[in-house]
Amino acid sequence: MSAPSPTKAPADRPSAEPGPAGAGTEGRPRRSGTATAGRPHAAWALPGVLFFGFFAVVPMGLAFYLSFTSWDGLGDPTPVGLDNWRKLLDDDRMLQSLWLTVLLTVVSWAFQTVIALLLGVWAAGRQRNRAVLSAIFFVPFLLSSTAIALLFYALLDPNFGIIQENILGSSSGAFLAIVFVGGWQFIPFHTLLYQGGARQIPEVLYQAAAIDGAGRHRQFFSITLPQLRHTITTSTVLMVVGSLTYFETVLILTKGGPGTDTAVLPYLMYEAGFKSYDFGYASAIASFLVLAATGLSLILVRLTGFGGMRSTREGM
Amino acid sequence: MKSGDRPAGPPPAGRRRRHWTRRANPVAGLGSILWLVVVIIPIYAMLSASLTSQDKALTGNPLSPPTDPTLDNYNTVLNSGFGHLLANTVIVAVAVVGIVLALCVPLAYVAVRTRNRWSGLAFRLFLLGVAIPAQAVVVPLYLLIAKLDLYDSLLAVILPTAAFAMPVSVLVLVGTLRDVSEELYEAMALDGASPQRMLFQLAVPMAKGGISTVVIYSALQAWNGFLFPLIFTQSDGPRVLTLGLFNYVSQFGVNIPALLASVVLSGIPIFAVYLVARRALVGGLMGVGGK
Repeated sequence: MSAPSPTKAPADRPSAEPGPAGAGTEGRPRRSGTATAGRPHAAWALPGVLFFGFFAVVPMGLAFYLSFTSWDGLGDPTPVGLDNWRKLLDDDRMLQSLWLTVLLTVVSWAFQTVIALLLGVWAAGRQRNRAVLSAIFFVPFLLSSTAIALLFYALLDPNFGIIQENILGSSSGAFLAIVFVGGWQFIPFHTLLYQGGARQIPEVLYQAAAIDGAGRHRQFFSITLPQLRHTITTSTVLMVVGSLTYFETVLILTKGGPGTDTAVLPYLMYEAGFKSYDFGYASAIASFLVLAATGLSLILVRLTGFGGMRSTREGM
Repeated sequence: MKSGDRPAGPPPAGRRRRHWTRRANPVAGLGSILWLVVVIIPIYAMLSASLTSQDKALTGNPLSPPTDPTLDNYNTVLNSGFGHLLANTVIVAVAVVGIVLALCVPLAYVAVRTRNRWSGLAFRLFLLGVAIPAQAVVVPLYLLIAKLDLYDSLLAVILPTAAFAMPVSVLVLVGTLRDVSEELYEAMALDGASPQRMLFQLAVPMAKGGISTVVIYSALQAWNGFLFPLIFTQSDGPRVLTLGLFNYVSQFGVNIPALLASVVLSGIPIFAVYLVARRALVGGLMGVGGK
């Protein structure tokens, strides 16, 4: 597998020289002159599009359709018009669940972003001790969410004795436990994103700021944070979509309890569908979730100009 | 890793010549030690308890080292079909990675190389697809899987898992393939190379970084997947590791040391990969953030 002349290419990569004039802009004027020969046919994309369409897009459409039906999982769905959606708006549990989901998303985002950003920027330094600690910090991410939920399910068991109190028995305790466990699991990953982002900030910016007499905090707020804005967007979108779909940790740690005090939207949907066999209502909750997730990420992407992938690269 | 930097240790005021970012930072240092404690205590408690017999675990202090360590808990877990769960999970992970690569590499290649309405549309589909939560489609997928007669099989886990790993994979691959310079393609085109040859001899070798990110990302998605196995499988046959762990809760009940031993065992394979190929794994995951 030897490419014709791959050796000269790395110099062309924008990552090697993070100036705004990357190789991308250079190639553009010539492209119009190049014949379409040597370009793959768009049909090459077809298998992937069809596969994704069949297992993701079609089911999403079906979820909307099912939200207008009543279906117990056997037999055929019967159309019931807006019943499920009306129920959705009237359901106190739904309202509570929505509020919990928003709260979980916001609190988790703040908790994870602050720690991951600070740790990531810190870990971007190339000192040996930082490398060793970073390697240890990453270990929680090697466990699956199921394993981590089980780990804390065991550690938080009052009989087991690390913490004598029954934290999962109180509403706020259970909620905070879910936030903490989520952070424990995902902060390593987001730290990594920030570490990668921070390493791409050109050193000259700091040198110039130092010459101008800017202190460490000033540098952090005037250089590091603005330079990391695309990483912050990426990380935030991943966190928000992640929190909206937080499920196995809730199922294992609290089963939505005490009472329904930690029953976030995905858990409510799971119960409606696969415990109460009310698939129509479950689909209405699911559709709502899709709308919320898509709307939120579109807003985030629009707000931060993440959609223009090319401009993203230039900032990085 | 080290760029000619001496291990900084605590470089006091004397060495001001180092870059500003390379100076020791006592506040950050303290913060990182705090986080180290937060990371280590649960792991330590898990390892220690998994080596303690069940009756001792309930009486002793969980933070003191086990007085006479035993491997009984690990035996209990290994005798509860752990190997079967592991084998299933490996099959799922390998299949998911294979499907994702086979579908996403040509897709990203087209999105970068062939700029027309259709390829742009395909790319935008996946850009939006990032926001489709798997939870949102389990009900209709359940219907679909049942109609396809795939319920309670490994394929019922593999196919949707692969589909949901695709959006991020496509974005990562498009990001990497964009960096392959136009001149190289033109040089190959002058030699009369077909699009296939350009893909396999130029694009794929140049996009190694992105491809390894996709491999790691999709393998982890498969490894960690819980919802699809929970809803689409039922019997012991196609049970994967995550679901097996979940079932241990009821199986072992109050036997917390055995439960923790199963958690440790489930982490060992990825931990082994981490030890052997830490840089590839970490570098690959960094790629999810767009390099």
